[in-house]
Amino acid sequence: MNYLSPTPRDFYRKYFSHFMMGILALLSCIALVPFIAISFFIIQKGWDGLSLGFFTEIPAPPAEGGGGMGNALLGSAVIVGMASLLGIPWGMGAGIFMSEYPGQKLGRILRFTIDLLTTVPSIVVGIFIYHLVVIHYGFSAFAGALALCVIMLPIVAKSTEEILRLVPQHIREAGLALGLPRWRVIINILIPGTYSMLITGVILAIARIAGETAPLLFTSLGNQFYAQNLSEPTSTLPVQIYEFAKSGFKELESLAWSGALVLIVFVFLVNLTVRSILFLYKRRMEK
Amino acid sequence: MKTDTVLLQIKNLKAYFSSTLVLKDISLDVSTNKVVALIGPSGCGKSTFIRCLNRMHEETPEAHVQGEVILNKQNIYAPSADPVLIRRKVGMVFQKPNPFPGMSIFDNVALGLRLLGIRKRSVLEEKVHSSLVQAALWNEVKNILKRPGTSLSGGQQQRLCIARTLATTPSVILMDEPTSALDPVSTMRIEELIRHLVQTVTVVIVTHNMQQASRISDNTAFLLNGELVEYEKTSRLFTNPSDPRTEQYITGRFG
Repeated sequence: MNYLSPTPRDFYRKYFSHFMMGILALLSCIALVPFIAISFFIIQKGWDGLSLGFFTEIPAPPAEGGGGMGNALLGSAVIVGMASLLGIPWGMGAGIFMSEYPGQKLGRILRFTIDLLTTVPSIVVGIFIYHLVVIHYGFSAFAGALALCVIMLPIVAKSTEEILRLVPQHIREAGLALGLPRWRVIINILIPGTYSMLITGVILAIARIAGETAPLLFTSLGNQFYAQNLSEPTSTLPVQIYEFAKSGFKELESLAWSGALVLIVFVFLVNLTVRSILFLYKRRMEK
Repeated sequence: MKTDTVLLQIKNLKAYFSSTLVLKDISLDVSTNKVVALIGPSGCGKSTFIRCLNRMHEETPEAHVQGEVILNKQNIYAPSADPVLIRRKVGMVFQKPNPFPGMSIFDNVALGLRLLGIRKRSVLEEKVHSSLVQAALWNEVKNILKRPGTSLSGGQQQRLCIARTLATTPSVILMDEPTSALDPVSTMRIEELIRHLVQTVTVVIVTHNMQQASRISDNTAFLLNGELVEYEKTSRLFTNPSDPRTEQYITGRFG
């Protein structure tokens, strides 16, 4: 017998390997099921309600039918935009501090607090902003943006911290050795070197808050019409979907389905756009 | 022949990691336009020693230094001394080539210049060119300056790091085992480069390779357990060491 010829044990080993691989493939396929099922379901239910009017008109009274969610779309865009404007620099600042000044006592306290904040249920954030702002100034887009900002802050801070920690220590030392002050190392080396990843983290946080419902129930409330200014109650897509879905009127339920479709398409497109920008950017860098 | 002028004077240097003493009272002088090699077994404090010469040691948490390092008549550990300014005069090349991630070859070299406030494109281009020529890398990268530095080979990356250090015209360059991650051909090129560079700068190099020390250095220091055992002209240290421990080490009896 050749000394390389397989023993029965080797046959067993091979089949066992195929068997395990098969199980993994099967589990991977099952993992795709929820996504495919949700997409299919929502497209089926929501497709018919989509028209130009859906994006521009305000909801019509249930008996008339038609109408759209233009006010909710605009409201969501404004509130998410304001939350991002404040939440992104705030969160990134905290993330940079946690990653780059780990020895500082403040950094340790900050990390602990941010970790706790991540676990606070979003409805609690809503109640908090309700007591802090809404009780005094009423429901408004501002209050909604503030609530979303609080939810966004730990997500952005954590992702920034984790991404910066991926940069090896000797890269920082190379910058310091060149005579760069620490803040220059952060701004001129670490951020440019990781910015594609940093942007991905930020975009995912935006997509996350775009779908938040609970904290907006207490803060921006909702509005049947286009809000006239930022200190009025303002409708948002997730809250309006929630209101219409439980309304009991067929026409409004149909609008809710279409709204859900728009919401997931938005989140999907945001992800896709970011990925393709990153891809093109990488290719350009490699040339 | 001109007489040697002392550029770097290390006096009673002690370095600690929290309360552990890793460098025990080291004193030595480095002359201008010379290559000084530091040899010794792993863990003897060679790297810590050169990291004290650009105040990099203190970047490690809980590390601190006692003693004096006099660069051009100024003590870099004086209370008023600014580590950032010192590091512009004392450059450093690391064991692992470390071009800045996502940054082009050009920008890697230009970063230090931009930091000094140089904005004019023509000036930047001229300095980047001369630094890359000095680092013997220009011919290989002149057509690909916009590519990321990390796309180069290991040996080229290390020469890029040397060019980056040279760009801001330091008077001393510290090298921490710069060739230990490289193949023999790249190693040879860097060694030639060091011999060439020493016409304009002073080099302090840590090496594990005793042949390398004997090939490229003018003076060699042998460190053992954080102590300076012997500091001599390289030719003398390798042929006629005065300390028996040096002889044992260079003949391969330990370490």
